[in-house]
This record gives sequence, structure tokens and C-alpha cells, in this order.
Amino acid sequence: MPVDFLRRKQKTEEGLKKSREGWFGKLRGIFRGQKLSLTAVGEVEEALLAADVGLGTTEKLLAAVKDQSPGSPEEHLSLLKQAMGRLLKQSSVPAKLFPGQPRPGDAQVVLVVGVNGVGKTTTIAKLAHYLKGEGYKPLIAAGDTFRAAAIEQLQVWGQRVGVEVIAHTQGADTGAVIFDAYKAAQARRANVLIVDTAGRLHTKHNLMEELRKIRRILERLNPEAPQHTLLVLDATTGQNGLAQARAFMEIVQCTGIVLAKVDGTSKGGIVFAIAEELKLPVLFMGTGEGIDDLTPFDVEEFVDGLFTTSQAAPAT
Amino acid sequence: MFDALTAKLTGVFQRLSGKGHLSEKDVDEALREVRVALLEADVNFRVARDLVARVREKLLGVELQQGLNPAQQVVKVVNDELTAVLSGGDHKLKPSPQAPTIIMLVGLQGSGKTTTAAKLALNLRRSGTIMKPLLIAADLRRPAAVDQLASLAKQLDMPVYTEAPATSNALKAATNGVRRAKDLDAPWAIVDTGGRLQIDEELMQELVDIKQAVNPHEILLVVDAMTGQDAVQVAGEFHKQLGLTGLILTKMDGDARGGAALSITAVIGVPIKFIGIGEKPDGLEPFFPDRMASRILGMGDVLSLVEKAEAVIDEKKARELEKKLRQSTFDLQDFLDQLKAVRKMGSLGQLMDMIPGMGAIKKRLPNGGDVDEYRLKQVEAIVLSMTARERRSPDVLDASRKRRVAKGSGTAVQDVNQLLNQFREMQKMMKQFAKMKPKQIEKMMKGTPGAPQLPRPR
Repeated sequence: MPVDFLRRKQKTEEGLKKSREGWFGKLRGIFRGQKLSLTAVGEVEEALLAADVGLGTTEKLLAAVKDQSPGSPEEHLSLLKQAMGRLLKQSSVPAKLFPGQPRPGDAQVVLVVGVNGVGKTTTIAKLAHYLKGEGYKPLIAAGDTFRAAAIEQLQVWGQRVGVEVIAHTQGADTGAVIFDAYKAAQARRANVLIVDTAGRLHTKHNLMEELRKIRRILERLNPEAPQHTLLVLDATTGQNGLAQARAFMEIVQCTGIVLAKVDGTSKGGIVFAIAEELKLPVLFMGTGEGIDDLTPFDVEEFVDGLFTTSQAAPAT
Repeated sequence: MFDALTAKLTGVFQRLSGKGHLSEKDVDEALREVRVALLEADVNFRVARDLVARVREKLLGVELQQGLNPAQQVVKVVNDELTAVLSGGDHKLKPSPQAPTIIMLVGLQGSGKTTTAAKLALNLRRSGTIMKPLLIAADLRRPAAVDQLASLAKQLDMPVYTEAPATSNALKAATNGVRRAKDLDAPWAIVDTGGRLQIDEELMQELVDIKQAVNPHEILLVVDAMTGQDAVQVAGEFHKQLGLTGLILTKMDGDARGGAALSITAVIGVPIKFIGIGEKPDGLEPFFPDRMASRILGMGDVLSLVEKAEAVIDEKKARELEKKLRQSTFDLQDFLDQLKAVRKMGSLGQLMDMIPGMGAIKKRLPNGGDVDEYRLKQVEAIVLSMTARERRSPDVLDASRKRRVAKGSGTAVQDVNQLLNQFREMQKMMKQFAKMKPKQIEKMMKGTPGAPQLPRPR
């Protein structure tokens, strides 16, 4: 199975590289035209739009580049890169998810939220694995008691990454699961409790209120909890991503975004608009279905990596 | 009509001179706004560009129609164009002459295939076959995906075919499942496949293999309505490899405008068969191109609302109610029934989404317009805490009874009083109503101020 995963991942990476070469190769091609002509601006605009950056943010980014005096393509490219990087860096990203060294028995809580099908459960498994690697002892609360077989899915993942999953049965009260899980985390001297929640559309008032209640329960257990509330965002999502971020931010005060499914051809460009409006940083990136496919998000690397993948400018 | 696009366009035309026809400049100004609307709805930028070009040609030199202002004129042409693109093909699933009709669901991870499979089974079952459709779990990779489908099938009392993920694979499960459907004489076989990226060559090959093995009549791509610009690439690749026959657009109960639907139909020309709304098993609805067009342009969905109301309000009950109204015997029990009928139509927030222009208003309301939801529940609880006699004649409710009702419904005595006052007001209105002759009522209804003028651009 792992071999299978690796091979597939390689294939996807190749596929992804192709698509990136297409996009950024095109950008480089445009900038090679020395002066940023009106048509070139139009083409850069389309490239950004194609990445789901959105019209408003695209226009702002272009404004930062357009009025500059003409220079080499590299200079133009670097100007755009800087503008994109600045946007994502408006809020400081903590070097580590939790300050200080992991201490036993001091359960830090990570609440994971998002709309349906963005990849919350998979992200939680990967996050647990990642934190284990960082020397933490994580515990998972199976808070999605709504979707059929969500608990079983999390339990299978728990076994794979060697992390205990505290679960009740489907239809049980999420609050009760969380309470038990928190007590269990204390009893087992775990230092991180990752709380899964059922996917919910941000427009469902009642479900969002339920989420508010979940947060309140955590706060009652520990006034500082949840130390992190992560919004999982699907990189395939378009402009609706901003509406999602707004709503979840308002209800549960998210501390960061996990951008999932970045291994596809989607660019996740909506994070620029989210960063601009909500100052909500991206903390992690999900890059595949394997347990190791979660990487801390590095703005420089994200923007840079996108630009440097292209060796040549193919004619697409 | 006060939705965003029309408002913007009206603004544009106010700045321009009012003429009998649209000048090139007018059109270009207006089309800029149209493009913004399309991009905000996640319509692929190339599709948006082509569409705007086509609309431009149609608008130039066209005489203004009587009764439509320039803004409405532009919206109408754009709306017609969108509707035309979305209308292509057959939006119904056709049963094959030889059962079972095999349907294969494919798509990216998290698009909602498994939930949709269950919804589809229920939908097809309700459409009148005697035998039940067979659900086939062919996602053996995602942990517990098989359990999820089996559990949904159990909820719906539908047969399901599963194989153990440890000892089988997707191809085997699908092949054996379809064979089982034939043995069972099932009218439909619904194959749920695992989510995959369209650039994952190995997993795409798996789908091609399944297709060759089971020979499906329909291959439906399940697409999340929130998908952005990439929808075109995703659908294009799935189509190239598998030859899609249709789309199902999921999570349409959110506030995404669903431009992906337009992008995909425009590029691969495959019809949308259903839309998915909500997580409940009956949340699968037929697709209507004109409604989708209005939604993409941000114009609401009036027809859906009307139909929902028609489906929920029982005609017999309505007649009984009318009789009661005439005899002024409307009591709290009737009040509760009415309330339940309204609630069955969905949350207030959901209803508001379907009314043009309400989207914008809703945003300004606290709690996104769902503020009354809680109160409705409260009212229901209060009435349910009353005895039959109290419901028939609320006047018997003295202080002690009110305290009991408040306690029973988890509310305060003030809440009970408030409800009773409202009910008395309502009764009073109804008495006046009852005195009127049918003609008068009709006249009054027509002249109701604030009754929405429902726009149906046709």
C-alpha cells in the first residue's frame, strides 16, 4: 500500500508540475515582453483569475505591478511575487503551532472546522501524525457524530498513525464526546487534543450555532482552549471560500487555515483574498492522501515555489 | 427587482444618456458589470469572456423593448444566453430497455459522491419502480467509505453490495455488484466510486477499467457547487477519459452561486441531471436551467419557492382552513398546523435565499435572517405544552395554567403572553377577513402593498 501511494504521488506530482509549468510558464512568457503592455496586463489578470485569486484581489495585485517603470521580466515577476507574498504575510505565522516544549498532561486543544467534503478527517489524521513527529502525544476526539461512518473513518486513520481516537456512536452528542475526550487526554497525559467536527455549510445557522456551543464547551473545560481553531479549506474552492472563512471566523474565531488538496491542479488562490480581508494565515498545506502529506505553510516557499517550478515557457 | 446585478446595471445606465437604443459604449459599460458578476460566481474566465462577447453582439444595435429599461434588457439577454447554455441535452435519467440501468458516479475527493449515491437511489425508487435500486460500493480506498454507503443504504432500506476492502478492489466490487443487480432484477445499479484527482493517471485508469467491465449507461460527474475556476480542467479530463453523460451539482444549499455548472456545460456540453441540496437523503432535486441561470447572476429562485410551497401545503387542509377562517373557529391547533407547514418548507433563511434580492437583505439581518427560527421553535413548544382544551379556547389560560405551559415549554410566562397576544391579533384580522365577500378579498390581495413583483425573464 505505501509503495502504491508513493508511486501515485509521484504521478500526481508530475501532473501538477505540468499544470504549474503551464500557468507560471505563461506568466514568465508575458513578463519577458519587457514593458508591461496592456495586453500583457490582461493576460496576467487572466492567469491570476484562473488561479481563483478573484477579481478584486487580482486588480489590487496588478495595480502594485502595473505602474512600475519598465524593467527586466525578472524584475516584473519579482514585483508581483513580492506583492503576493506581502498579502499572505499580513498576519504573522507562528513558527510552531504551540509555544514552548510539549509538556505531558497539559492538553492543548485544536478544533478543526470546515464545510462538507473539504478533507477535515484526513487532515486531522495527518496533523496527529505531524504532531507526533514533533514530540507531542496527541489524542483525537471523533466529534463528527452526524455523517455516516465518519467515526469509523477516523478510527481507521487513528490506527494507521498510532493515535487513540475517543469516540461515541453515530448520533451521539458532540459536546459529550468532547468532554470525554478532554478528560481522557488529561488521564492519559496527552498534550494535544485534536477535535474533529461534522462538516457544515457556513450558511446553516443552526449548525453554526452548534459549533459555537462546541467552542463554549471547550472554553469551559479550559479557559484557554481551543488554543487553535483550524479552518480546513479545499483548494478547489472558488470565491465561496471567502464567505466560508468569514462565517467560521465570526462563529469560532479561527486561528489559521489548512489548505487541503493542493496536490490537484487547483491553485487555492482564494487564500489571497482571505488573507487580505480577514488576516487569517495559512498554517498548513495538504498535498496528498498519505499520512506525511501535510506540510507547514511557508509564504515565501509557497509563492516562490509556484514561480520557480517552470523551467521553460511552454506555449499553452 | 433589486438584486445586485440589476442594481449595478441600473447605476451604469443612469450615468449614461437615456436613448432609444443601446450604444456601443453603453453596452461595454454594462458588460463590464456582467463579467464581474460571472467571475464572482466562479464562472471560468474563458467561458465568461466568450459569453460576454456573444451577448455584446446580440445587444449592439438592438432596439429597446417596450416595458424594459436598459438594465433589464441587458440582464434578459444575459440570462437567456446562460439559460441556453445550461439547457443543452436531456436533464432526466432514462431507464435502459434492459434492466438494470447502470449508473456510475465519479468525481474529485469530497465532492459528495457517496451521499449523492444514496440520494439518487431514493430518488429513483420514488420515481416509481417496484423493485429497489442496488447501491454498489466501489470505493475501497477511503477508510470506511464502504461502511458509509452501507449505513446510508440501511437508513433508506435499500439493498447494497459491498466487498471487504482488504481482500478486494474497486474493479472486482463494481463488476460483481452489477452482476448481483442483474440477479436481483434491480431496475437500477448505482456504482459509487472513490474520489480521485483527474491528473492521477493510475486511478483514472481504474475508472476506465470499471467502465469497460460494467458498461454503464450513465457516467455522472459529481461536482461541488463551490468549485472554482479549475472545474473546467477537472470535468474536461474526466470527460476525455470516460465520456461523461451528465453532471450532478452538489451542496447547492449553500450560498455558492455555482458558476462551475455553467463553465462545465459550456466546455464539455454535458447536461446537468440533478442538484444536491442538504445532507438528508431526499435532498436531490431536478435541474432547471433558467433557475440556475438566475442563481449565477444572483437573481434568486422564485419558481423553486413557489413549488416548495405547493408541495407542502395540502390542498384538503387548506380548504378546511378556509372554512375555519370563514366560521372564525381558527384556534391555536390550526395555528400550530400552519406553522408546521411553513417550517416544512425549510428554514426562513433557506426560503429567503430563493426570493430575488432577499439574499442581500438577509446578509444585513442579525443571524443571517434565521433570527425567527428560534422563536418559531419556541412557539411550537408553547402550543404543544397546552391541553387540547387550551388550544381550542385560549381564554381559559389563567396565570397558573400559563405558568405550567411556560414550564413545560421551557419558556417564560412573558413568551406565552406574547404568543397569546399575537394569536388574538391574528384572530381579529381573520374575523374581518371572514366578513368580506370573495370579490373583496381578491381585490385586497391584488392590491397588497409590498407584494413582490416576481420577475420572470423569459
